[in-house]
Amino acid sequence: MNAATNTAASNASSEAAYYTHAYLDEQTKRMIRRAILKAIAIPGYQVPFGSREMPVPYGWGTGGIQVTAALIGPRDVYKCIDQGADDTTNAVSIRKFFATVADVETTESTADATIIQSRHRIPELPLREGQIMVLQVPQPEPLRGLESRETETRAMHAYEEYGLQYVSLYENISAFGRIAGGAGYPVLVDERYLMSPSPIPKFDNPKMHLSPALLLFGAGREKRIYAVPPYTRVRSLDFEDYPFEVQKWTQACALCASHESYLDEVILDDSGNRMFICSDTDHCATRRADGHHGSMSDFSLEDAEQSRTGGERP
Amino acid sequence: MTSAILDLSRMKPAFADPTSESQFIFRKLLDAMSQPGTLHDLSAAPTPPPGVSRAAAAVILTLSDQDASLWLDPALRGGEAETWFRFHCGASLVTDPAAAAFAVICHDLASADLRIFNQGDAKYPDCATTVIVETPALEGGAAITLSGPGIQSTATVAPAALDAAFWRQRAEIVSKFQFGVDLFITAGDRLFAMPRTTRVNLQGV
Repeated sequence: MNAATNTAASNASSEAAYYTHAYLDEQTKRMIRRAILKAIAIPGYQVPFGSREMPVPYGWGTGGIQVTAALIGPRDVYKCIDQGADDTTNAVSIRKFFATVADVETTESTADATIIQSRHRIPELPLREGQIMVLQVPQPEPLRGLESRETETRAMHAYEEYGLQYVSLYENISAFGRIAGGAGYPVLVDERYLMSPSPIPKFDNPKMHLSPALLLFGAGREKRIYAVPPYTRVRSLDFEDYPFEVQKWTQACALCASHESYLDEVILDDSGNRMFICSDTDHCATRRADGHHGSMSDFSLEDAEQSRTGGERP
Repeated sequence: MTSAILDLSRMKPAFADPTSESQFIFRKLLDAMSQPGTLHDLSAAPTPPPGVSRAAAAVILTLSDQDASLWLDPALRGGEAETWFRFHCGASLVTDPAAAAFAVICHDLASADLRIFNQGDAKYPDCATTVIVETPALEGGAAITLSGPGIQSTATVAPAALDAAFWRQRAEIVSKFQFGVDLFITAGDRLFAMPRTTRVNLQGV
């Protein structure tokens, strides 16, 4: 046996041995698992759970991390995205966390993943049966902005009393001429529970309707878990004369020329130059690998900086 | 369920590796609950005590503990099964079915009453009991057609020993959604799930 390989292997296993598998203890996992099953049985209803302190602050995905920890096993391939990107600090650190504590294979490919944890996006590639989407949720209560008391919002859900939400949308139309909300747009799940889809852009709302994949939502600070089972009706609230609509762009992605994906605006300099690129980095990279080219696919920030400053470093 | 001391000399083992085995089984239960009517094989689960199927024992081992009380069919009380669940799960065994998070029914299914279990609270419907229904076989009974969340169009199952009266009683209970009970229907090594959202078409029963 090769001595070097042996040492590397024993280092990896000794590091993993410091942790319980997937970080949480078994009793906590059982508690979360029971909450997840009840969440699936009552689609859109927020199940309270005993959220634990995690090694990241609230707001960094503690709810999503706990849901993933209760699910993940050796057969999984794990993907984690933040605003669609695989390469931002939050996504990279959560992915490394599960690679360490659960010894799980990780990927940036939406197609290869079995569990996709996400903050603020659902990937562009349609999800398939058997995949699990875990969404991190800051505020699980869609009515919280309208009613601050938990006892009241709980009663409103219990008696399906959602008139206030419609009044809020109506006021939005009278103030702005349209329903102005861009993210966290409220939905009705299986025509019963009003649900916050987490702060995904409303562009992603239609992807939840009859999704072949299971959608799980975890709110760590607010201690709630909820779910949308596969093939479940998810309707974005609207009015007959003001139907629900998603964001549209006049541009295509400057890197991969996609007309269908959700675009982020990137400011390039202080003289007003900007580009629009796919928020879903895996989708964009896959398209470029397939030979799609956008108007700025050869653009390099370093070159632009150099031509602007004449090669002098600022 | 009154004996204070467990007889450990005859205690049979449960999970050899609780962490990985319970994760494996939970994912089967997750698939079952999110795709009602699909059959799932739990033959990898530990050998159950007498009177309980491997699938039913696997559900309880994976999900029940001191925080999730367990109600056993009177036919299972006072025997090896009760001792096994007490030792391996640490579950508090209750005689009041409305206090149970999990329940197992295995005898006289034709006259089984699902209304005795916790149907949940209007504001906390997640408190409802998860009932494990032990049947002789998951095939060969009257075929019923399922639809609802988790089912793309329809699914067909035909568990033995569950008659039209059982399904009518369940339909009446779950018609008061968000109230209801969630079911795992078990036989031998296999199970399928029926959350309260699953609609049953009784044609053919």
